[in-house]
Amino acid sequence: MSAELAFGDVTCVRGGRALFEGLSFALAPGGAARVTGANGAGKSSLLRIAAGLLRPVSGGVQREGAVALLAEQAALDGDATLAEAVGFWARIDGRPDAVTGALEAVGLSAIADAPVRILSTGQRRRGGLARVVASGAPIWLLDEPASGLDAPAVGQVEALIARHRAEGGIALVATHQPLDLPGAQEIAL
Amino acid sequence: MIAALIVRDLRRQWRGGGVWMPVAFFLLVATLFPFAIGPDGETLARVGPGAAWVAALLAALLPIDRLIAPDVDNGVLDQLAVRGASDELIAAAKIAAHWLGFGPPLMLAAIPAAALLRLDGAALWRLEAALLIGTPGLAALAVATAALIAGLRGAGALAGLLMLPIAVPLLIFASGDGPGALKLLAATSLALVAGAPFVAGAAIRAGRAS
Repeated sequence: MSAELAFGDVTCVRGGRALFEGLSFALAPGGAARVTGANGAGKSSLLRIAAGLLRPVSGGVQREGAVALLAEQAALDGDATLAEAVGFWARIDGRPDAVTGALEAVGLSAIADAPVRILSTGQRRRGGLARVVASGAPIWLLDEPASGLDAPAVGQVEALIARHRAEGGIALVATHQPLDLPGAQEIAL
Repeated sequence: MIAALIVRDLRRQWRGGGVWMPVAFFLLVATLFPFAIGPDGETLARVGPGAAWVAALLAALLPIDRLIAPDVDNGVLDQLAVRGASDELIAAAKIAAHWLGFGPPLMLAAIPAAALLRLDGAALWRLEAALLIGTPGLAALAVATAALIAGLRGAGALAGLLMLPIAVPLLIFASGDGPGALKLLAATSLALVAGAPFVAGAAIRAGRAS
């Protein structure tokens, strides 16, 4: 898996307020970075810039490889079943066979046939993670992946990220919860 | 990707009962008109096509707050953008799905509506042709409006104010019976279908950056 994610001197301004200035870091295959900071410090904005959804005021982002984004919203259709909702994205990513494995990896295979609207917050979060896993993209951008998860599920997320990195993937994780990311760079906003 | 998006939108409309809503609405308006105007066949036949078109316009407007805003709220449009889909392409897919969801059903509903409005065979054919040509323009207009109002409060009322004036040319040409009316209708509809994806795409992008 060849992947690269590098920020060069990136400045982000939202609503006339500079959230961070001159931020630089680089992630090679297998690399990870933990983004920390108070609420409103710009963690989500940083991830959206990394995903190409927001344009930085100055500086540049270098990205090699497909991106999978776990944002605040799960982007799963409420009226579809969990397997269908994750499958919709997997089909777009050209990996329709990856759904079963991804749901298993996040521990949701038992409720694959349940409609998304009846899922709990934590289950929805894990459904979003399943979408990331199924995408097969080398660059993972995870915004608070552990929020709303119980302790065993947090361990599962840590294991998923570790496996992804072992396969040469990159993980950029914004979190204010303790999350075990061995050898990860620390980006404090 | 575009086919997957259209299929998904159609499935969502179907699950939400969205396909029958415009049809039921269209038929209800067609039923109300004879009550309001009186049962005189000649009068009804004269105002019938216009009444049918006002009904079609409102039927297109009906699901407008479900076209774009939910996908902005739950991050679907962001996910599509991350995968490299241009916002214009997304808007074009939305227009196609919206049209498939209300255009053909409306053309079917026009048959019983024609009976209620005392339209004869020739007038019915003309109405069907006008619906076939004009409803894609209505769908394009609805999606562009939906993208513009996504994320605004009190968007429902604003949608009508934004969309109805721009729909005036469609209404004029669709219910006019001059020889060139259908051609002008086609030109208007084509212009709307060609322009709307860019308007909607720009609106989606602007909403994302704010």
